[in-house]
Amino acid sequence: MALLELNEVQASYGSIRALHGVSLKVEEGSIVALLGANGAGKTTTLRAISGMVRASGEIRFAGHDIAGRQPEDVARLGIAHVPSGRGTMTQLTVWENLQMGAYIRRDRDRIKADYERTMRYFPWIRSRKDQVAATLSGGEQQMLAIARALMLNPKLLLLDEPSLGLAPIVIRDIFEIVKAINRDDGTTILVVEQNANLALRAAERAYVLEVGRVTLSGSSAELAGNESIRKSYLGD
Amino acid sequence: MSSRFLGISAYVWIAIVVGVVVLIGIPLSTDKFTTFEFANVAVYVIALMGLNLLTGYSGQISLGNGAFMAIGGYTTALTAYHLKHSFGIDSPAILYASIPLAALLAGLFGFLFGFPALRLSGIYLALATFALALSIPPIIDIDKLEFILQGHSGVNLHPLHPPDFLALSDEQWLYFVNWAIAGLMFVLAWNLVRSTTGRAFMAVRDSETAAVASGVSLSYYKTLAFGISAAYSGIAGSLLAISVAYVNPDVFGLQLSLALLVAAVIGGLGFEFGPLIGGLFFVWLPYWSEQVSKLHVGTFQLPSKPDVFYGVRYRCLPRAKGGGARRKDRDCAHGRRSRGGVDWRGAERDQQLSSGPGSVQVV
Repeated sequence: MALLELNEVQASYGSIRALHGVSLKVEEGSIVALLGANGAGKTTTLRAISGMVRASGEIRFAGHDIAGRQPEDVARLGIAHVPSGRGTMTQLTVWENLQMGAYIRRDRDRIKADYERTMRYFPWIRSRKDQVAATLSGGEQQMLAIARALMLNPKLLLLDEPSLGLAPIVIRDIFEIVKAINRDDGTTILVVEQNANLALRAAERAYVLEVGRVTLSGSSAELAGNESIRKSYLGD
Repeated sequence: MSSRFLGISAYVWIAIVVGVVVLIGIPLSTDKFTTFEFANVAVYVIALMGLNLLTGYSGQISLGNGAFMAIGGYTTALTAYHLKHSFGIDSPAILYASIPLAALLAGLFGFLFGFPALRLSGIYLALATFALALSIPPIIDIDKLEFILQGHSGVNLHPLHPPDFLALSDEQWLYFVNWAIAGLMFVLAWNLVRSTTGRAFMAVRDSETAAVASGVSLSYYKTLAFGISAAYSGIAGSLLAISVAYVNPDVFGLQLSLALLVAAVIGGLGFEFGPLIGGLFFVWLPYWSEQVSKLHVGTFQLPSKPDVFYGVRYRCLPRAKGGGARRKDRDCAHGRRSRGGVDWRGAERDQQLSSGPGSVQVV
């Protein structure tokens, strides 16, 4: 059964419609990539899922219809959102950022276990807990944002352009960690990426958005072989 | 030094002990005027703590905290006035009892004001709060409400006297009352910014998106910040009324709100001890400026506009670092950048200041 299912989801910013009816499915335990050019509605799709932009249509997550719910309710159901451009609170320490990630949780014992689990992916964080997040490098901030999201112990992780503005070597590290999180914890991941090469290598399935609609979808292998995809997104 | 007690480092404890000794020493070793002025410092420290929580910690700029002080001040003044004139109850206890009431009413008002403010941020929020500061004094001044609010003539209060068993002057007693309350409010603020609520404030300030993604309710924390800030301001307003033993609408004018924001920035936004520094400047800077403007060398008289010196002094102050003094590595990225990049523009502005005496007023 699909963990997340979007059915004809529409969303607008004021009078400007950003999503014209997006439908997609994310199977439990999989990594799914959302590709597309700037302004195609990738970020808006993630924001619609996590309740940051008002959406109509149907968004089903683990049996609940979450369309139009408040972001804190969506987070409580187990959807963690890593916004683009480093979702860190820059003036808070690394440790405080992680605490914010577990903000809505009340199960203190489990939080401790989730912290230990998160540190498996980001061991460097342990020794730098008291550092202010603003003093981390861009790559470290992106990793901290992901670590913060993991502190929610999410069923579904929404990643918005984790590669944005980072060095290729750092991007590779981050995608390795993303794959490990999916493999070791079974966390389902929906990742938005401009870098289609990278995304198709990590994901099992992908959807291509164009001006607020899904125009193509399929397994990563199919899409990587698709002529128009190769032209538009893979730079062939 | 890493020894900590109650989660506070040894350095901070030393600062606190020295601070308390100085605070107790001041009224016992200075004249009445100085003691009274330092009693006023406590009032503005409380007001600035409120503003710091709102602007420094939750990132919502306010040019209208003077209006919240007005509500606090008038709560105290009108409670005392109407109890006396309508019910014949006249006791200094009313003044003390009105302080929490002032906090409550101002806090409630701030909380409600927070709702329309939710849709605004940055410069637009500044303008909305500016409008608040602008409109409160004329509202108090409305003729038809004079039977309640006492209009422009204001309300006189009894000055506070120490209890008989204490051999203190009125000023010394006022000083201790104000600073005791300031101390209490400081401890509350200190704990607040270290609580989950405080972290949520800062998360909202640093990244609304990340805060929301973590499940923080923006509307709740933004309005809560307004409510708490206004409650602090209400206490400050109430103590101001008690200290001066008089209120009228002009006390809480636009100047007050602007000066508060300037003092909050000078003290350091998002810095626990910022309000203390800001409060000292708020009270003493105008006084020093006036002293300087009276200086003359032979027949050469400096421009007799204290505001000029007020302005120049503000400009010359080092910019205090926001973002929290407890950050061990606060000097890393941010401190240096903010210290390095302002001087050339500042010099230009200073020139403008000195070329036109009286034409430039910072506050």
